[in-house]
Formats: sequence, C-alpha cells, structure tokens
Amino acid sequence: MKVPLSRIAHTRSGDKGDLSNIGVIAREERHYAALVRELTPDRVEAHFGELVKGRVERFELPNLGALNFLLYEALDGGGTISLRTDAQGKTHGAALLAMEIEVEEGEL
Amino acid sequence: MIRIANGQGFWGDWLEAPVRLVEQGPLDYLMLDYLAEVTMSILQKQKAADPALGYARDFPPLIARIAKLIRERHVRILANAGGVNPIACAKEVRRLAPGLKVAVVLGDDILDSLDTLLAAGHAMRNMDTGQPLSTIREEIQSANAYLGAFPIAEALATGADVVITGRCTDSSLAVAPMIHEFGWKEDDYDLLAAGTIAGHVIECGAQSTGGNSQVDWQSIPDMADIGFPIIEVEADGTFTVTKHDGTGGRVTSAVVKEQLLYEIGDPRRYTMADCVADFTTIHLTDEGHDRVHFSGIRGAPRPPTLKVSISYHYGWKAVGTLVFTWPQALEKARAADRIVRTHLDQLGLHFEKIHTEYFGVNACLGPAAPPITDPAEVELRIGVRGADRKAVDRFTRELIPLVLNGPPGATGYGEGRPKVREIVAYWPALIPRQAIRTRVEVVE
Repeated sequence: MKVPLSRIAHTRSGDKGDLSNIGVIAREERHYAALVRELTPDRVEAHFGELVKGRVERFELPNLGALNFLLYEALDGGGTISLRTDAQGKTHGAALLAMEIEVEEGEL
Repeated sequence: MIRIANGQGFWGDWLEAPVRLVEQGPLDYLMLDYLAEVTMSILQKQKAADPALGYARDFPPLIARIAKLIRERHVRILANAGGVNPIACAKEVRRLAPGLKVAVVLGDDILDSLDTLLAAGHAMRNMDTGQPLSTIREEIQSANAYLGAFPIAEALATGADVVITGRCTDSSLAVAPMIHEFGWKEDDYDLLAAGTIAGHVIECGAQSTGGNSQVDWQSIPDMADIGFPIIEVEADGTFTVTKHDGTGGRVTSAVVKEQLLYEIGDPRRYTMADCVADFTTIHLTDEGHDRVHFSGIRGAPRPPTLKVSISYHYGWKAVGTLVFTWPQALEKARAADRIVRTHLDQLGLHFEKIHTEYFGVNACLGPAAPPITDPAEVELRIGVRGADRKAVDRFTRELIPLVLNGPPGATGYGEGRPKVREIVAYWPALIPRQAIRTRVEVVE
C-alpha cells in the first residue's frame, strides 16, 4: 500500500552553504528497513524536482534508525546569496514527509 | 559529573533563556553561542566604524543581569560573544560587572595577517569550488579560524568566571569544561568525540528540548517556558541530555535524534577542530523523565588543518512582494511576474538571477507542495541579485506601479519599495593548524 513518509518517519533539515541536509528518523525501530528500501537517493532527488539542482547522497545510521541525506545545489547559492524564502532548507524535511512510499501493512 | 547548559543557540535567540537556566536549577557551566557565518562581517564593519565595538552587544548586559547569581551558584560562562573584538567585549563585561574575572581567547582573527599567510603559500582554496582565495582578495571583509576547545580550557584554568572567545567551533564551548575538569588530552579522541557530540546536541539551544520538533509537536508541554538543554557529563565521556525540572518542552530520544542529524554531513566523519566523531557509534537510551543517555561513542584523530571562515562582498540583492487576491489570485500573480520581467528586459538590466516565488502556494516546498485550487490570496515574491547595484536599485521601482497598471486586486505594498542589500558571502577554507597561534589573556 502507498502511504506518505510521515506515517513512519519524522525529519529535521538545515543547511551548509548551498547544500541542505535532511535527517530522516524512523518513528519505531521496525520502520527503519522500509526507510532504507524506499528512500533511495534517486527517488529523493526526483521528489524535489527543480528545487534541487545537484545530486542526492545518502548515509545510513542503523544505530539511530535514521538516514541522513545531503542535497547538493539545493538552496540557490545558500546563505546570504539565495533569493529563496527558505534559503536555509529549513522546510526540506517537511517537503520530504509528503513523499509517497510503498509499504506492507505489517510494516506500519 | 558536570552540568553544562546552552542558553543561546544563535545571536537573536530568546533573551530570557540564559537567565532562566541559571535561576531554575543547578548548573556548572553555561555556554552561549552568538556567531553565525555572516555575523563576523557585520561585526568587522562595526569595529571599523568604532574600535570599541565588533562583539555581540547583547552579551555584557546579560552578564550584568546574572552576575550576582552566577557568583552565588558558581556557574561559569563560556561565550563566543567576542566576535572580532573579544578584548573590547571583556572590558565592557568588566565595566558592567566589576566583580567577575574575565578571560579571553585570541588568535582566531586572521584578517590582518591574510597577506602574510597567502605569501607563505596558504592558498585557502574554497572547499566547495576549489578556487584560491587570491581571486577574491580585494573583497574580503572578515577572516577567522575555527578554534577548538583546548585554548578555551586554558582560559578556564585562569579561574575566570567568564571566558570570551571569537570564532571557535560551537561545540568546543561545551568540550572546554570537560577538558578542564577531567584532564582529557589531545589524543583522547574517543572522549573528545563524545564531548563534541554532546556539544552538538545542545549547540542549537531548545532544538534538543522540543523546539522545532516534528514528533507530535502539538503535545509538547508549555513551549512558552521551554527548558533549554543541559548535558550531564561523566569523566568517561558518557553523558545525559536533560533540562531543568518543571520547565516546558520535552527531551526524548526522538527529539534528540532530530538534533543529532541537524546540519551534519557524513555521520561517520563529523570533523571538528579537536577530533573526528563517528555518529554511527552512538548508543542512545531514553531513560524517561526528560533524560536521554549517550554511550559508546568512538572518534578518530583530529585533522591537521583548521577550518577558516572568510566573508567577502559578493554583490547586491533586493526582494520585493505584492499580494494578489481571489479570484484567480495565482494567475494574477503570474501575469504580474511576466510584466516585471518584460520591463527589466526592456530596460536592458542584467542580473545573475531573477527568482520568483508564489508565497502561499509552493514557495518553500516546490513540487512537493500539496495542490491548492484558487487560493484566497497569493504573495508574489520576486528577488534579483547581481554585481551592479544600480540595476538592483532600478528593479526595486518596478513592483509598486503594478498596483495601478497591472492585474486587479494587488495590495500589501505598505512597506514601500524593497531595500537594496549587500550580499556578503561565505568562503570556507582550510589552513594548517600550525599557522594559527592562540593565546589567553585575563582582562583587568
């Protein structure tokens, strides 16, 4: 079944220069496997479309049931250069929570 | 065990937080973080205009306000409030709170020695683009190395009640008391990694006690009296994140994990001045009652370089807004955007970037925004940036005329035309550790 990522995870995002990072945390330990399977860098990149110009890199933190994503060229230059309302990527985490993922009922 | 709290996650954070932290329960050390990347250039300009300025001006009055209490309760303060003029900051603290002993950490500010460093072969290439610093030499407004915790610990060893630094890594303000109290050495990198992660958890203030937290945010208690974070650290590097009893907010493993992942890169190689910390070794236990315990943290030796933060003039920008209302609010805003762009084109103005957002529709979330049909109002937000200040200034005159000669229903222009602002950009670079000499001074 398809559910929004927000059903099984929460996030926080921030910036480093023109790069934004999104920490994705499984709500429960049992949700982590679905995060690893569903949140591939390619799918995350596609989800953000034109908002993110560069590549997406993913790191796994099984000890925290979490993934860390780096989104390159994601902030129109970042910091003071950016003309965006969200020049710091503060809302990128919320944007990712809207992503639809495919899970088995037992995984919820 | 020592208790270290953070009462300021950035310059502009809640003014009451450090006062409440001292009033509401036991503490040994209180750290306050004031410096963002661009703050240094603003402070450098203030110092150029008045040699007695160039530091966080909120800090000395705060210390005056809590001076009596921190003496009674033996709370020592660590703050990077010194900006580009730590000595002037220390003198002002001494003037307002004469009973306190104040020490400063110097050596981070390399603005005046940049040419010597460049001549000695330190290219200070931009870590993102690879360009050498010499390409923007004339535009530089500030240059500071991020110092680690050891010189700050040295300042604590003078017996100072208040330690003031310029640029240092945020977490080193938390690690310095651990080095001072527990005698950690430069090669104790597992311990330094634990301390660095502890510092990272509290460095953004209430973000680790329920602020900006997505997990069930509606149920977080009493955010109006949110308790700022405290770490209780043992000599073996294990620590507990908590907050004072009776304060608002929430400390759970979910909240703390959000902060752990905030603004990090590769979690296996979180590189700071004193060590490289591995976040994948963290063992975290939620003990309940607003207590989260950390153990098992491993690190690696510190890098041979220090990070340098350089700010430089990049150009000019302006952002203007107009509000369009129902019906067809979005269509009206799009039509207005086309008119502005046509005018800029006809005027022959060139910009590095013209950026349009439809605020209320998808300005922040972009393609991930939930669809809205026929919104009640939309804010058209157009920004430009470029090297030519005159062109940016001309742009600022193009929005308000549309109230009379564009699509119907435009409003929200009460602030007048937008302001032209200087873009001071940030240049991250590395420099060999030996090129930076630190020293500690007690300010009488």
